[in-house]
Amino acid sequence: MTPVGTRLAIDARGIRKSYGKQLVLDGIDLRVAEGSVFALLGPNGAGKTTTVHILSTLIAADAGEIQVAGHEVAREPNAVRAAIGLTGQFSAIDRFLTGEENMLLMADLRHLDRVEGRRRVAELLARFDIADAARKPVSTWSGGMQRRLDLAMTLIGDPRIIFLDEPTGGLDPRSRRTMWQVIEGLVGGGVTIFLTTQYLEEADRLADRIAVLDHGRVVAEGSPAELKRLVPGGHVRLAFSDAGALEKAARALPGAARDDDALALLVPSDGRVGSLRTLLEGLDAAAIDVDALSVETPDLDDVFLSLTGNPDTEKGTER
Amino acid sequence: MTAYPNALRDTATMLRRSIVHIRRYPSLIFFIAGIPVLFLLLFVYVFGGTLGNGLGGPAGGRAAYLAYVIPGILLMAAAGGGQGIAISVAMDMHEGIVARFRTMAIARGAILVGHVIAAMIQTGIAAVVVLAVALLIGFRPTTGPIEWLGAVGLLALVTLAITWLSAALGLAAGSVETASNTPMFLTILPFLGSGFVPTATMPEPLRWFAEHQPFTPIIETLRGLLFGTPIGDSGWTAVAWCVAITVAGFVWARRLYERDPAHR
Repeated sequence: MTPVGTRLAIDARGIRKSYGKQLVLDGIDLRVAEGSVFALLGPNGAGKTTTVHILSTLIAADAGEIQVAGHEVAREPNAVRAAIGLTGQFSAIDRFLTGEENMLLMADLRHLDRVEGRRRVAELLARFDIADAARKPVSTWSGGMQRRLDLAMTLIGDPRIIFLDEPTGGLDPRSRRTMWQVIEGLVGGGVTIFLTTQYLEEADRLADRIAVLDHGRVVAEGSPAELKRLVPGGHVRLAFSDAGALEKAARALPGAARDDDALALLVPSDGRVGSLRTLLEGLDAAAIDVDALSVETPDLDDVFLSLTGNPDTEKGTER
Repeated sequence: MTAYPNALRDTATMLRRSIVHIRRYPSLIFFIAGIPVLFLLLFVYVFGGTLGNGLGGPAGGRAAYLAYVIPGILLMAAAGGGQGIAISVAMDMHEGIVARFRTMAIARGAILVGHVIAAMIQTGIAAVVVLAVALLIGFRPTTGPIEWLGAVGLLALVTLAITWLSAALGLAAGSVETASNTPMFLTILPFLGSGFVPTATMPEPLRWFAEHQPFTPIIETLRGLLFGTPIGDSGWTAVAWCVAITVAGFVWARRLYERDPAHR
């Protein structure tokens, strides 16, 4: 939960956007506390990139009150731009330049003075482990290195709010993990991160708060733990030492599913302490001996699927 | 438009970037200079003997045709430069880098102006190469330095007009391939004017078009400034066309650049 009094880095109400007859964003609200990591999670075509483009002043919303870094996006786009950095889905690097030239270009456009600019560039190139290749044209770099350069370019000028649109899309698992470490390294010092992703694991690992976007609407919002609790599908697994105890327990708990081979019973549960206590007290009263107990909460995949529907049926409606 | 205190600095930064592009990929300059040089040699040495006699001047022949064809060839170089900027602008628009520029607090026009200045430098280099080849094969302007300066000035004005128009064409193109094709008509226009043969020899509808299209007064003025042929009111018409095309190209390019990028 956002503590009272914490300033909002992003405060958007009722963002609407359509292209022609196609409604892309149907009145979404987003509040992102300063210094937090916020993930916008959704399938392809949900409107994630459109949201990032609107918040980063790239395109105008049709309606909505949108403040980023304390400035109205529509009225003071330049004040917003001075406070943000965007790493988009498609690499925003100049392929004809070297890595260092790309970085110096950003330093110039951020209006850093020469000495300060060179110092920042050298520091970021080293921090992102791309200093060795810095004098080579980036067209010869690997995808993971280009992505890191892209992010390093965003960081020149110390933006207070960083937008990352699918920062690990298309990366192999190893580069993805490296990118996660890089993103985790950005947190702190009051920097706010707004990222979009289709990967639940990514949102779960990186974000303080997650909003699930589907068909232009926010269908759920909360911390990763809150979202997991939203969805039924969690259960308590009771293991027994013999078939007799299993039989007795199954009769006492008619809603449970039996797993005879494992001598186990799966009892639907929201995983809260109260309901666990009730369950255990019931078992006690019936004098049933339980060998082992484990609480299994749904993972974010379950949340995602139950909130956004079957992803296989979405494919036809992308874009 | 909001005032940008850093407009000059941003434009200089973007210009530097465009010049690095040109330096790193010089093949474009070879293309821009190569096509008009090829046409110059082709028209002077293959067709020039016959075409020169048809001009009806006192001397005739290849030497007369060389003088006649120079303005049209120079305009071909400017048109080639237009193709160059259309391609480089379209390439930029299809890369994520422009999205990045748009989300930074930099002067809005800087990237286009940087492209345009770099393209003008590029076309200037190509024009010098074309002129050097022309001098080598016997081109001798018969007027004085003041007229030559006037010719250079008009050439710069034409290049500015073609460059802004082509920048808009590059922005309007849906793909880099389209961007390399749409400015092609600029290369054809000198043929459908007084660039290669006098318009008087053309059939009626074509002749009407040739006499009223912008390249003809520009070519006639260049010819007058280089060889002392009568300019008449071609001079003002040429300047008016250049200014009109520059303004139209500039306004169109700015509108296209400000357009919602998701709607390309």
